[in-house]
Amino acid sequence: MDTQFDLKNSYQESRLFRARALVSIIFIVILLIALLARMAYLQTTTHEKYAALSQGNYVRLSVITPVRGLIFDSNGQVLAENNPSYSLEVIPEQVPDLQATVKALSKIIPISAHEIKRFNKRIKQERRFNSIPIRQRLNEREVALFAVNRHRFRGVEIQARPVRHYPHSELVSHVVGYVAAINEKELKKIDTVNYRNSRFIGKTGVEKSFETELHGFVGYQQTENTARGRTLKTLSLAPPISGNALTTTIDINLQRVAYQALGDLTGAIAAIDTRTGAVRALVSKPGFDSNLFVQGIDHASYNSLQHSAKKPLFNRALRGQYPPGSTLKPFLALAGLEENVISSHGRINCPGYYQLPKQEHKYRDWKKGGHGNVNVHDAIVQSCDVFFYKLAHRLKIDRMHNFLARFGFGSKTGINLLGEKSGLLPSKEWKKRARNQVWFPGETLIAGIGQGFNLTTPLQLANATAIIANRGGIKRPFIVEKINDKAATAKQPTEPQVSLKKPKHWQEIISAMRDVIHGPRGTARRIKIGAQFDMAGKTGTAQVFGVKQNEEYDENKIVEHLKDHALFIAFAPVENPQLAVAVIVENGGHGGSVAAPIARAIFDQYIKVNE
Amino acid sequence: MNWQSPQPLSSKPAQQEQGFSLRALHIDSLLLVLLLTLASVGLFILMSAGHENINLIYRQLTRLGIAFITMLVIAQISPNTLKRLSPFLFLGGVILLIGVLLFGDMGKGAQRWLNFELFRFQPSELMKLATPMMIAWYFSNRNLPPKLKHIFYATLFIAIPTLLIAKQPDLGTAILIATSGIAVLFLAGISWKLISLVVAAGAGLAPILWGSMKTYQQQRVLTFLDPESDPLGAGYHIIQSKIAIGSGGVLGKGWMNSSQARLEFLPESSTDFIFAVFAEEFGLVGCIGLLLLYFLLFARAMQISIQAQDNFCRLLAGSIAITFFVYLFVNVGMVSGILPVVGVPLPLISYGGTSMVSLLIGFGILMSIHTHRKLLSS
Repeated sequence: MDTQFDLKNSYQESRLFRARALVSIIFIVILLIALLARMAYLQTTTHEKYAALSQGNYVRLSVITPVRGLIFDSNGQVLAENNPSYSLEVIPEQVPDLQATVKALSKIIPISAHEIKRFNKRIKQERRFNSIPIRQRLNEREVALFAVNRHRFRGVEIQARPVRHYPHSELVSHVVGYVAAINEKELKKIDTVNYRNSRFIGKTGVEKSFETELHGFVGYQQTENTARGRTLKTLSLAPPISGNALTTTIDINLQRVAYQALGDLTGAIAAIDTRTGAVRALVSKPGFDSNLFVQGIDHASYNSLQHSAKKPLFNRALRGQYPPGSTLKPFLALAGLEENVISSHGRINCPGYYQLPKQEHKYRDWKKGGHGNVNVHDAIVQSCDVFFYKLAHRLKIDRMHNFLARFGFGSKTGINLLGEKSGLLPSKEWKKRARNQVWFPGETLIAGIGQGFNLTTPLQLANATAIIANRGGIKRPFIVEKINDKAATAKQPTEPQVSLKKPKHWQEIISAMRDVIHGPRGTARRIKIGAQFDMAGKTGTAQVFGVKQNEEYDENKIVEHLKDHALFIAFAPVENPQLAVAVIVENGGHGGSVAAPIARAIFDQYIKVNE
Repeated sequence: MNWQSPQPLSSKPAQQEQGFSLRALHIDSLLLVLLLTLASVGLFILMSAGHENINLIYRQLTRLGIAFITMLVIAQISPNTLKRLSPFLFLGGVILLIGVLLFGDMGKGAQRWLNFELFRFQPSELMKLATPMMIAWYFSNRNLPPKLKHIFYATLFIAIPTLLIAKQPDLGTAILIATSGIAVLFLAGISWKLISLVVAAGAGLAPILWGSMKTYQQQRVLTFLDPESDPLGAGYHIIQSKIAIGSGGVLGKGWMNSSQARLEFLPESSTDFIFAVFAEEFGLVGCIGLLLLYFLLFARAMQISIQAQDNFCRLLAGSIAITFFVYLFVNVGMVSGILPVVGVPLPLISYGGTSMVSLLIGFGILMSIHTHRKLLSS
């Protein structure tokens, strides 16, 4: 090769190379800038996003569900508790051969095909370090069986979770209520933060009324975890605050006596300590097993409860609205005396019926032939209807309404239990408003014997009876006495009174009510036998079904659900009263024969205990 | 070439300075300092990324030792010897690659290894250097810019190892080998016309190729391009890696404080994704420093190639320099989510053996080229 040419060419090649090297350097500088720009973008512009993601990666927030508060009766007996429910759970990550393990497990503990299917489905959905239940509600035998074989099953554990249990289930099913799985409607109302991981919520009774107190506050734990879910350390811990324990006023022994006294009858009982307003028994029959609801009631059981003719889920004591019938008479008698339309000793003649002036219609007395010459005392003792027709006619509906309202009729008692009904206390104004109709004089007469539009709840009746027992003193009824160790209710208003112009009228009415039981002609005289204390009461029979003018009510001819309701209100002892009771037996017939003995059984239990 | 100085370098009395003795040992002090700095930074990150496993550090130190010694040994070999060896190395490498496909060991799902009883050997690592050497050798005997015919043969020399390695499959290495070859072509001065033609043809062919693909193949390409559409599968690496980098912020979480690596969220934290650990611990400031360190290495290598005295040396040195930075770019690009995930380690820092050796052999060649220069008329 020619050296001259070689040199020239070499020079050109060298120049070409330098040019290309320069382009390469520019190209590499562009790549460098691209990388730096990318780093700057990730580490400044989007830094916060990734910092949060990083923290989310390793910090796991676990929620610790608070323990639900217990519910006690007034003697300290447990009405609602938390029992461990055992479930067999598998951590897939730790199990060498899942299907073989499941197969071996099902040989010692019965696992249904359905449960295995559900388990397999959840395995696919959840992360491999999560504990997944394969069998729930193990009994003690099954727990023991697994414990013995445990060494064979790596990654399989028995987990105990607290589940609500009601030891007296049916006895107090309506009062205590029950918890069950949170539904969609409740989900919208509750504080979803506090209820994270909570599976249950109070549905009825005390469980519902005091949900906030019982639930408590959720706790949190922040742990540092590896990508595989192993916990390295706890970063922070906010322990949960357990729900508050509630002490109810219910005396489980009294409740049991009341419940059993009703036998197979359908009805309700309210018993209030007249001295404080504490509700000692609140029974609605039939009851139901509240434990069924906790773990999820099956469809068939729920349907049979829901559609049963006797409506076991219905809390009659609080929400059942019944015509008070003759149990209203002592209150009306007081109204008559107070408004001076009758006197303590004035007598009227009872021929067995009553007619309004210039009217044909006969308002009958329950006793054919009548009670003869009766004063207010006799009228209460014998439950003379004619006396009260006349009284009502003179009193007129609005004065009646205004006086009875002072005893709490027509309005809620204010008990600290949700769902109370207010009953109905008719007035002209009410009829105009509710039905857009004028008031007829005949309706006043029927109202005078507690029929017609009048409706009361058993709780209202017991409360009104307590007001008589206290000679006008009002103690608002309550059912939850203490939250932990603090009083649950605000103090009773001081000296609340139904005050009469002449306080001696209290004594007159009470003595008449005493003679209902202790008098020779009293409608409930049979229950006085063997009593260690004096009682005062009033029977009632509420018509479910109107008897036509020319017919007679014949108990034997009438179908069960149209039979009269039997009512009885009473308090005891007459001097220094302790307990006021209202008993309603649906379609039970006569108050004196059916309802009154139940009240006696309750007094025997309560007053004996307290002496 | 009798106009050149016949004197060997070592006998030059004018060079009685510190650099002299190093030069006599064929060592480039600037390259050596930069390489040692990067390697030390690498050991520090490995301490954190490898969960403080001291055995990992010992093994990496051993590899570094072997690689640095190999580099210094290679630096002693004159460029002319390397040039003469080039076609044989290339041919041998291609034969070994075919051997790998036929008899190779499976490692991590791909056939990359040849088992020679005593040690395992990846022929693809050899090809990272043999390919640019081959093309540089091929062009060095011809006038530049190359004629079309020569470009065609050169393309063939690039395609053969690239395709063989891509088939293993080892896409990352295939890309780097193609890059090293293309870099030689570019530096050799192929016309801009031809370059734009190839780019235009590639752009034109892509949609046609896309249309001819089956749906599942298209899906595979899409996931490849957008890994975040599959957050628990293919996208998991890249999402966790971006979390690591992004959460580092400007100043970083500090050495040994990479939660992403310590808590095992970041996969391959000590190998391919070690840059994410560095970025998490040292932040943007650290990243800028580290990338500039790499750029300095590139710049020095480029300077060596510009100062080289014949085409073989120029082309080879330039290719080694460019490939080295592309190496870094592909790794950091994939770790930071601007490039698809292909298995390319972070040069000099990632834990691992064979790539370290081939990389430092490259720098050994650079040292050789620089220190075997014959000084012109000084």
